[in-house]
Amino acid sequence: MVEGPLLEVRDVWKAFGGVQAVAGVSLRLPRGEVRALIGPNGAGKTTLLNLLTGQLACDGGVVLFKGDRISGLPPERIWRRGISRTFQITATFASLTVLENVQVAILSHQGRSRDLLSRTGRLAREAALDFLKRVGLQDQAEKMCATLSFGDLKRLELAIALANEPELLVLDEPTAGMAPQERLDLMALAVQIVRDRAVTVLFTEHDMDVVFAAAERIMVMHQGRVIAEGTPQSVREDPQVQAIYLGGLC
Amino acid sequence: MALFIVQLLTGLANAMFLFLVASGLSLIFGVTRIVNFAHGSFYMLAAYLASSLAAALPLGPASFYAAVVLAPLGVALLGGLIEVCLLRRIYRAPELYQVLLTFAVVLVIGDAVKFFWGTENRTGPSPPGLSGSVPILGQLFPTYDLAILLLGPLLALGLWWVLHRTRWGILIRAATSDREMVGALGVNQAWLFTGVFVLGTWLAGLAGALQMPRVALTTVMDSTVIVETFVVVVIGGMGSAFGALLGAVLIGVLQAFGILWLPREFQLAIIFILMAAVLILRPWGLLGRPETESGTAGEALRREVGGRLRPPRWVWAGILLALMVLPSLLPTFYVWVLVEILAFALFAGSLQLLVGTGGMLSFGHAAYFGLGAYGAALLMKQAALPMPVAFLLAPLVAAAAALFFGAFCVRLSGVYFAMLTLAFAQIAFAVVHQWYDFTGGDNGILGVWPAASLAAPVRYYYLALLAAVCGLSALWRVTGSPFGYTLRAARDHPRRCQAVGVNVRSHRLLAFGVAGFFAGLGGAVFAFAKGSVFPDYLSMPMSVQSLVMVLLGGIHALAGAPVGAAVYKLLDIVITKYTGYWQAVLGGILVFLVVAFPHGLVGFVQARWARMRASLG
Repeated sequence: MVEGPLLEVRDVWKAFGGVQAVAGVSLRLPRGEVRALIGPNGAGKTTLLNLLTGQLACDGGVVLFKGDRISGLPPERIWRRGISRTFQITATFASLTVLENVQVAILSHQGRSRDLLSRTGRLAREAALDFLKRVGLQDQAEKMCATLSFGDLKRLELAIALANEPELLVLDEPTAGMAPQERLDLMALAVQIVRDRAVTVLFTEHDMDVVFAAAERIMVMHQGRVIAEGTPQSVREDPQVQAIYLGGLC
Repeated sequence: MALFIVQLLTGLANAMFLFLVASGLSLIFGVTRIVNFAHGSFYMLAAYLASSLAAALPLGPASFYAAVVLAPLGVALLGGLIEVCLLRRIYRAPELYQVLLTFAVVLVIGDAVKFFWGTENRTGPSPPGLSGSVPILGQLFPTYDLAILLLGPLLALGLWWVLHRTRWGILIRAATSDREMVGALGVNQAWLFTGVFVLGTWLAGLAGALQMPRVALTTVMDSTVIVETFVVVVIGGMGSAFGALLGAVLIGVLQAFGILWLPREFQLAIIFILMAAVLILRPWGLLGRPETESGTAGEALRREVGGRLRPPRWVWAGILLALMVLPSLLPTFYVWVLVEILAFALFAGSLQLLVGTGGMLSFGHAAYFGLGAYGAALLMKQAALPMPVAFLLAPLVAAAAALFFGAFCVRLSGVYFAMLTLAFAQIAFAVVHQWYDFTGGDNGILGVWPAASLAAPVRYYYLALLAAVCGLSALWRVTGSPFGYTLRAARDHPRRCQAVGVNVRSHRLLAFGVAGFFAGLGGAVFAFAKGSVFPDYLSMPMSVQSLVMVLLGGIHALAGAPVGAAVYKLLDIVITKYTGYWQAVLGGILVFLVVAFPHGLVGFVQARWARMRASLG
């Protein structure tokens, strides 16, 4: 029996006021694939990701994860199904230490968020340190999160997103705002981590070097629709993509 | 039918005053994002000022009208002064600090009115030429009210003209919808803010001056009107002048008919029930706009200082030992003072869990303190339970109420959350205040004494100490637990927190319940110490008191609450010994604290300590 796609999106729509941000997007993402979602600013990429992970509700259409409908669920329930994500604007818990940021996420995964009586200090500490080690932050564990450099915050976000051992990882511009070499390094790190655990990845990115280095397949969005999908090579050669998206660059 | 129409007209006349005050508050909030508690004080001050001016001016019948024009101008000038000297410093501070600063102004103006005009009720002069009544369908209707009914729409029209037809008004509306953008366009924000504050204060002053011949002038006018104004503004939508008009008409008419048709238990509560209903169905008010996400209380409160200082164990052991020995050395009066401090330490400590750890700014925490006190009293008096049982069950009463009210509150954030907590506290206050058969109404419940075996001051003190030590340790334990860390995470970044599998609303609700429980425990300690309970325990000043204690200690300092409670109570005792104007002094202290010690006393010590350690290597 052939396994169905890990994530399936059927004809989802979303409008803000009069702006149709996502206009009938469908996609099938097989298990284990690393896929990039690209498109010019305002194409609806972030909105689409927010529809998948529940930050926004679809106006129409369904999202299926492992064959079960997840559209309509709140973000916390979607996370519990095994989809984790990072945000375009770095989102961490500023008053906690780096270690505690990851601990909070692991304790949530273990269903212990409502434990009123234990002391947090040692709980899930080893596991949290292990995640930090994977993203290369083990030396910063005790630092206040607010004092981290921008690149380290991006790494921390990745560690937090890994805390529930997700099957699908959604990354919204994971390298935005970083220096070129740092970008490639961070993405290489992310890809290596997910390959080790066969995690499926859907990411948006503006840096084409990062996209072509990391993605197995690429999807192109324009004005709320998917206009092309395929291997990096075929997308690069697609005349429509060149006209609409790369037109100004090539 | 005639009665109906006259009642409707009375309601509309009242609505005109509410509209003037509320549109001012709403304009100020819309542009500066400050919830100005002092707005009602300007209204009261103008009323008193106008009554004195009308008597003193040598213009014959015209002095009344001159006073009505001059008093609001004087008050507006004072408003401008306060804006320039105080408020300008705190536009970027967390909401809690803004609220406390404006509340300090309330205290100072309140005592100033008492100082200049005394505490006895006054009646203003009647308006020359408009003092009689006119018959409407056979019922007499005051001529002055009729004049107000004509003046009100004219003022509303004038306000509309200013807001829509002048450059300044267009800037005000632009700033209300996007402050940063207006700043980026090169508008001098500082003077825009001052101008709006002066206009808003003038509107409040005008309402007060016009109100002067209609009602008795009292020193509680400020709190009565500010609470009603909050309701109007929240119903209409914060920042919307026409929402204020709609809200004022709704409230004015509802009150006028409420007096006729509703049983007295509901009369006070009705407007808060309406407000709660609006906030639940349309959290941003009828004509308001949803708040953007950056406006959450948590964002604003995120200010950590000096790392995390844990005092060594011997410090705690020493304090505990001192607290064990003290009562046998002190006169009885001070033993009771200590008991009160312990009760307030629980009250403030529980609020700190919400405000500090949870980033949820509650204006109505006294509800749970008061319901704990009433729970204890009623379980003993009405359910005839033995005192120790009533004492132990009382916190559960408060926790149950907190969970019920909290279920609605946690759907909102920021100022709207604060307003809904205030609304529920006022509903609870109104019910306790009016339900004579069950709660004794404003007579309270007397004879709530501890069991004979606990009645001796020192023995009761030890009970209170036990309750406070257990309660505060439990609160600290909760703060350091996975639950507490997750609560902080939800404060720092609610969206991120949701995206790691946390149901932020239900998490906050649980915190609300826990805080209610320990506030209730404090209330029970307080009730048996006083031997009586009164509706005041649930009142807004009580809620503000608890916020002041938390701020005194420092909202992020774990030891802040008991320190804040102790300092507050001792200041109260010392200052009232020397002056009758304790409120004004407290107001001055508040201003000083907000401006000089924004992290509280314990926070200040922690920061100093951390710096000293750093310099020592």
